[in-house]
Amino acid sequence: MINLAIASGKGGTGKTTVAVNLALALIPDYDNVELLDCDVEEPNAHLFLKPEFELEKAVGIPVPAVDHDRCTFCGRCSEVCMFNALAVLKDQVIILEELCHGCGSCAYLCPEKAITEYNRPIGTIKSGSAGKLKFGGGYLNPGEAMSPPLINAVKKMIQPDHISIIDAPPGTSCPVVSAVSGCDYCLLVTEPTPFGLNDLDLASQMVSKLGLPAGVVINRSDLGDDRGEKYCRHAGLPVLQKIPFDKELAGLYARGEAVVSHNREWRRRFKALFSGITGNKKEVSRP
Amino acid sequence: MKILTVISGKGGTGKTSLVASFASLVPDRLVLVDGDVDAANLSLITGAREFESHDFSASKVAVVNPETCNSCGLCLELCRFQAVAGDFSIDPVACEGCSFCAFACPREAIEMQEKVSGRWFVSRTPYGALVHARLGIAEENSGKLVTIVRNKGQELAKASGKDYLLIDGPPGIGCPVIAALSGADAALIIAEPTIPGLHDLERILSVCRHFGITAAVCINRYDLGPEQSKSIEAYCLKEGLVMVGKIPFDRAFVDSMVQGIAVTEYTGGALLNRISGVWDHFLNVAEQLSG
Repeated sequence: MINLAIASGKGGTGKTTVAVNLALALIPDYDNVELLDCDVEEPNAHLFLKPEFELEKAVGIPVPAVDHDRCTFCGRCSEVCMFNALAVLKDQVIILEELCHGCGSCAYLCPEKAITEYNRPIGTIKSGSAGKLKFGGGYLNPGEAMSPPLINAVKKMIQPDHISIIDAPPGTSCPVVSAVSGCDYCLLVTEPTPFGLNDLDLASQMVSKLGLPAGVVINRSDLGDDRGEKYCRHAGLPVLQKIPFDKELAGLYARGEAVVSHNREWRRRFKALFSGITGNKKEVSRP
Repeated sequence: MKILTVISGKGGTGKTSLVASFASLVPDRLVLVDGDVDAANLSLITGAREFESHDFSASKVAVVNPETCNSCGLCLELCRFQAVAGDFSIDPVACEGCSFCAFACPREAIEMQEKVSGRWFVSRTPYGALVHARLGIAEENSGKLVTIVRNKGQELAKASGKDYLLIDGPPGIGCPVIAALSGADAALIIAEPTIPGLHDLERILSVCRHFGITAAVCINRYDLGPEQSKSIEAYCLKEGLVMVGKIPFDRAFVDSMVQGIAVTEYTGGALLNRISGVWDHFLNVAEQLSG
């Protein structure tokens, strides 16, 4: 129905807070809400939702294995690998699995067909539900460098007839692009500080590069200055919600609780945020 | 010279504010590196003046020559990154730069072109040199760019006989974090006293252990989650991690950031004492553990 990504350039601006509260605020009115945690390096949404997991699956990337009986040590695999994951010695091929991107070129291009591929696990995806809310998430194994294949595996769980809320990782590079690309709308969560503004600018460039309509939530809106809001006005980014700093909110977050479960006014505000997004999306998609 | 990396796992715990503050405590004795090349902010509060800048080109992108291409479709079939469109044009954002299509194309119609995917800079600050970078929007290879700024910082620190290379690490646990941690003598984890903060602390600690790097912990804004703060302290005790101090929530962090300066240049008194206590304690840990 709608794939809605929650992203930010800067970390710790409140992406997970917004994603979780938005999902929970919609639950009473909709039967088809799902939340997908694509922040696979530091996945936290499950800590607030406490879902019951029904499915757990290891996700891997295909890495090469060399059949040393067939190999003639010609060096072609090492030559075609752009990531230096294969080193061919006199009578041995060394494979540096953690450098492999799983592109498959070595196996395909080996003239002796001496390379096969097997899946090396890099993390886990889990799915389940928390009441009416469907939940899925990815969990990168600590020590693993490459998160995009795992993020893509989480995104495969998206159900097309659902309101799918995607909690993206921070930043503006490949993991974020994997999480937000193909979404219908990107909500950028920022804070009104110079760091927040600098990173909002980067995130806003990213969504325009990907051609996504976007809107902004300003978190801790009373800590800092008004340059962020001015920026949004100039960039034509609608500010859809402001969340002031509040020790009670901070305390709920610290305990792993969602404010909409405790406070009707906040539930109303997050429902209004969703209306803001769907209204804004229509405006944007008009030719 | 000691290489010290400040990390957090979770974003927004206060790494950059604290790195700038630490630098202000030991002016002229260190070189700074901003290891967050996605969203680099350290230059915003250290009075940085850029005096050197370089292109970063580590990756290639496939380009199809439509004149030679006979639309056989092999590239589309082979590409595992969904970078080849139905009309055999390449999506440069999705392209991983693996060159598989270029090697496999029977007509040799695909060329791999170098692309500039970012820039890196050396700046002067009142505390010492700062090496930082800006990865292009939606680009790859952030780990490689982190390695470049880290190596440059290390080279500068050695050449000028500094005591410390202080690296402001990126959030997360993936490739840029691993690059920022590599070769570090000790890591300082800035933890947030929340349930997610504790969860992320456990994950970043596993990364440090995976690479054999000693870590100490500092809790920032400890008073915003007093119970979780206690849980983190208990966790550190259980895991044998040194707790080098706790810093309270203080609006001075945001106010000083708005002024473009480190909080230690903005306010004195109790907060300054807390921050310098954390730094001194961390240095002691780094000295002892790394000999």
